[in-house]
Amino acid sequence: MKSFIASIVILVTAVLGMAVASEISDPPRPEGVRGAAFSETPEAPPIAGVTERRGRMERNYPEQPPVIPHKVEGYQLDKRFNRCLDCHSRNASPESGAPMVSVTHFMDRDKQVLAAVSPDRYFCTQCHVPQTDAEPLVENQFRTVDEVLRDLADQRKQ
Amino acid sequence: MKDWFRYYWRLLWRPSVHISLGILVLGGFIAGIIFWGGFNTAMEYTNTEKFCVSCHEMRDNVFEELKQTVHYNNRSGVRATCSDCHVPHDWTHKIGRKMEASKEVWGWVFGTINTPEKFEAKRRELAEREWQRLEANDSLECRNCHEFDSMDFTRQSPRAVEAHSTALAGEEATCIDCHKGIAHELPDMSGVHNR
Repeated sequence: MKSFIASIVILVTAVLGMAVASEISDPPRPEGVRGAAFSETPEAPPIAGVTERRGRMERNYPEQPPVIPHKVEGYQLDKRFNRCLDCHSRNASPESGAPMVSVTHFMDRDKQVLAAVSPDRYFCTQCHVPQTDAEPLVENQFRTVDEVLRDLADQRKQ
Repeated sequence: MKDWFRYYWRLLWRPSVHISLGILVLGGFIAGIIFWGGFNTAMEYTNTEKFCVSCHEMRDNVFEELKQTVHYNNRSGVRATCSDCHVPHDWTHKIGRKMEASKEVWGWVFGTINTPEKFEAKRRELAEREWQRLEANDSLECRNCHEFDSMDFTRQSPRAVEAHSTALAGEEATCIDCHKGIAHELPDMSGVHNR
């Protein structure tokens, strides 16, 4: 009898608890970068267009991997085939007019130069990306090395 | 055996006793229509995407890859499906290709590529067969839609213009020589000279 009453009490508590939980299922809305609560599915923004080809783009700092000034949608880039190297490889680049893959990409991690592009530099899009006309979600506060140097020089003058 | 053969030989060549010539001619005519119509309908049915992807070998491998490409998925809604590229459109060559396809039925029955691993192992061989076919027929299936005479070079990129106005125009090269892997993923390309 005692255990029967106990189980009733547990059941009632559980049902009440569930009712309360369902009431507060929508958590307070934190303003995320895309402006929607956790429980909501915001409408997907339109796919950003890839900017038109306009030749090579300036790098913002010397070690920056150059950005890709053309579309790479649907490029096969796997163990079997590398579409980028179809034009950018050592042999293909004179005919294709595409810049040859940098010599640093032929070095393994011990700086030993190999005959072909080193496996750890094979997947181009790990570092190189095309540019789109998407609106930035947050303001970019990056300053180029030239701006930093100019500011430093200005500070010294004062 | 000899008697059996003789019996049927006589039966076929003797004039009919009970059935009139009219029935025979008309019956033959109607049977001909049904046979020919059925033959063409079956031929058309085996040319549909639905038929091709009814095998999991096609559905899970090559069809999935096609879906990612511009020939299947694009802004204007024009779509090339399996048979547009893999089956010639004119009758004679179509029948030839269909006869070749009996080998594919063999492969299906014995499960030549019924796992992803088996398909991967055969990918280069299968791709090479299609490259050879398109090289031999001057990329006929590409040209069914992409007409050289209708190409506007001013709307192509400089590199494309250079290739199309020299090698393609001079018939030194055909579409497939450069445009491999446009509808499916490429196999291991080591040793393949891609122009």
